[in-house]
Amino acid sequence: MLLNNRHLLGIAELSPQEINTILDLADKYVDLNRETERKGQRLKGRTVVNLFFEVSTRTRGSFELAAKRLGADCINMNADGTSTRKGETLIDTAMTLNAMHIDVLVVRHSASGAVKLLADKVNCAVINAGDGQHEHPTQALLDALVMRRRTKKLEGLNVAICGDILHSRVARSNIFLLNKLGARVRVVAPLTLLPKDIERLGCEVHTRMETGVRDADIIMMLRIQNERMEGSFVPSAREYYHFFGLDRAKLNLAKPDALIMHPGPMNRGVEIDSEVADDIHRSLILNQVEFGVAVRMACLDLLTRQLMSSQRLQDAAQ
Amino acid sequence: MSLKTAYINARLLDPATKLDTKGGVIVENGKIADIGAHIGPKLAADVKVIDVAGACLAPGLVDMLVHTGEPGNEHKETFTTLGEAAAAGGVTAIATMPDTDPIIDNVAGVAYIDRRARQTKSVKHFPYAAMTVQCQGKEMTELGLLAEAGAVGFTDGLNPLGDVKLLRRIMSYSRSFDLLLLQLPLHPRLAEGGLMNSGEMSTRLGLSGISAEAEALQVMIDLRLAKATGARLHIGPVSMSESVQLIRAAKGQGVRVTCSTSPQYFTLTENDVGDYRTFTKIMPPLRDEENRKAIAEAVADGSIDIIASNHRPQDVDSKRLPYAQAAPGIVGLETLLALSLKLHHENKMSLLDVLATMTYKPAELLRLPIGRLAKGSAADFVIFDADEPWRINNDNLHSKSKNSPYDTLPVQGRVKHTILDGRHVYDSTKMANAA
Repeated sequence: MLLNNRHLLGIAELSPQEINTILDLADKYVDLNRETERKGQRLKGRTVVNLFFEVSTRTRGSFELAAKRLGADCINMNADGTSTRKGETLIDTAMTLNAMHIDVLVVRHSASGAVKLLADKVNCAVINAGDGQHEHPTQALLDALVMRRRTKKLEGLNVAICGDILHSRVARSNIFLLNKLGARVRVVAPLTLLPKDIERLGCEVHTRMETGVRDADIIMMLRIQNERMEGSFVPSAREYYHFFGLDRAKLNLAKPDALIMHPGPMNRGVEIDSEVADDIHRSLILNQVEFGVAVRMACLDLLTRQLMSSQRLQDAAQ
Repeated sequence: MSLKTAYINARLLDPATKLDTKGGVIVENGKIADIGAHIGPKLAADVKVIDVAGACLAPGLVDMLVHTGEPGNEHKETFTTLGEAAAAGGVTAIATMPDTDPIIDNVAGVAYIDRRARQTKSVKHFPYAAMTVQCQGKEMTELGLLAEAGAVGFTDGLNPLGDVKLLRRIMSYSRSFDLLLLQLPLHPRLAEGGLMNSGEMSTRLGLSGISAEAEALQVMIDLRLAKATGARLHIGPVSMSESVQLIRAAKGQGVRVTCSTSPQYFTLTENDVGDYRTFTKIMPPLRDEENRKAIAEAVADGSIDIIASNHRPQDVDSKRLPYAQAAPGIVGLETLLALSLKLHHENKMSLLDVLATMTYKPAELLRLPIGRLAKGSAADFVIFDADEPWRINNDNLHSKSKNSPYDTLPVQGRVKHTILDGRHVYDSTKMANAA
């Protein structure tokens, strides 16, 4: 099955079937990545460009590995320090890259909607690697893959997403995805870190960890995004940790076998205690990193197939 | 011997006198020489007769909230293109905001606008001046001298004055000259960084929200200070029911306040932001459906005194950006009448009442002797078909910038002719590319 859209811009526009298609393929790539010979040829001759307008280590590295493991040529462009500083607009950048005949463009940008704006101007496939406070679809997909492999199914799971929901694109993508696949989502944060009407996205809202994580199957902790904050949202890191940081005592309120996730990088001692983060029985954090590559391989694979199919159609029409 | 022109077979509409009758107007030397039901086809031989075939003939619209690109941003709009857009919209007088580049905060600036405006032949142009130096909210401008130079009101445009101590002083000082002060209803600190209405839509799109309190709180502050000082205050454009309620209550207590809104607030909602459509980015932001309906009702019941276009031209490069970076504004001069007439076509208001919000009411507020059809007054009027359906087409806009979210929208009510001081400044039949 192919995806319905040429681009992967957000979870909101994916159907449950499409999500499952990506996850099923990613499952296979998880196994492939664990083998000694990890290099495939699926994207041989294709070019993937990572265009990051924001600093990123793990997401960009993950996409780069994914592209290379599928045999693609992959280049990284740090747009923050080059042409944009000379006054080139986002659209100019898009048109320039378009002229280079690339196949997939992986974009991260600090402004919500910027990736969509760019995607409208190019012929290649575009993957949203995080746009402002909007979406980070591959993160939600990899989170879902981690959960699915561990718990077998997402339907009916109680997932508590805790922390800086207001500034988090990961939270939004996860809420959309988990709702589509039948999980029950709660968000837990002080009111200063909750966007307005978040409950209308299909989640329960809790302002205390004690009620928010009670009987949860999965606790997904989010990083306090100091770089996106202007002014004071919480009194101090110490107070935040006391009330909202995940430690053993709060974890004990969840189900006995509840699992812990975090998209990273972690602020240890702020939103999560090291003892919990490093608990090999409960923490899925390193699985998230591992499966990230597989999910991105699946996305690159499916989008280039889609691209080939539409190119064939175009050729046939000519 | 001066040439007389008669416009006959018209539906004469003068909201100031509640005149709504069939008849005609005779224009001589740029003024209305005669008006009424008695003016028909039988006229003296020296009178040029124009039969408007039953179309409405009303005072030219007075648009009290217009942003221009000149000086400083002539690539977005010049006085010439602004005049052409106004004429095409049936607008014969505009008051322009001072937040240009440079900002109009001194007598020389007002004099410049005045001189350039006189060169613009298709619209009467009245400048506002800044309330504070450089619109920075720190130091009061020379309000009295600026008024003497021709400023019709004072505002810091998109930077409403948040320093309450200074605002109180400005309000007190303005009493000496009985000046009009305009405030945008947005608390600068609360609205800071906000991009659209705060709610489910902003949460979905990941765009920072502007809360209802950001508008209501500024309205409360302004009203309270206006009450204390007796200043003449205008708040606009309002986007929320709560603002209207506060203003209505203040009027009841004798506060000298008026308010305005713009068609976007009763025709669009936050849902129109859709996929980050930057054409919908305005300040205050588009609100929800409940507020949209409330604003329409408030115009209809007279709680909102005036409809103004809030015309703010932005070139392509200012809008083809991520939503957060795009400049705010919608061009509105040419769609003002048609969009406002929706209130009439939806049976919320009579034609006269809709026109009142865009003619004599803003003229009275600005203390200008325009906006009426009266013998001896300037022959500034618009001839339009109130029912003619057409589709807004951004390519056909006369404004230099085309940032209208209404492209392809079907509307009803079309300007046929605009007459300024007796001259035809717009004639739809001469528009080769009219849709």
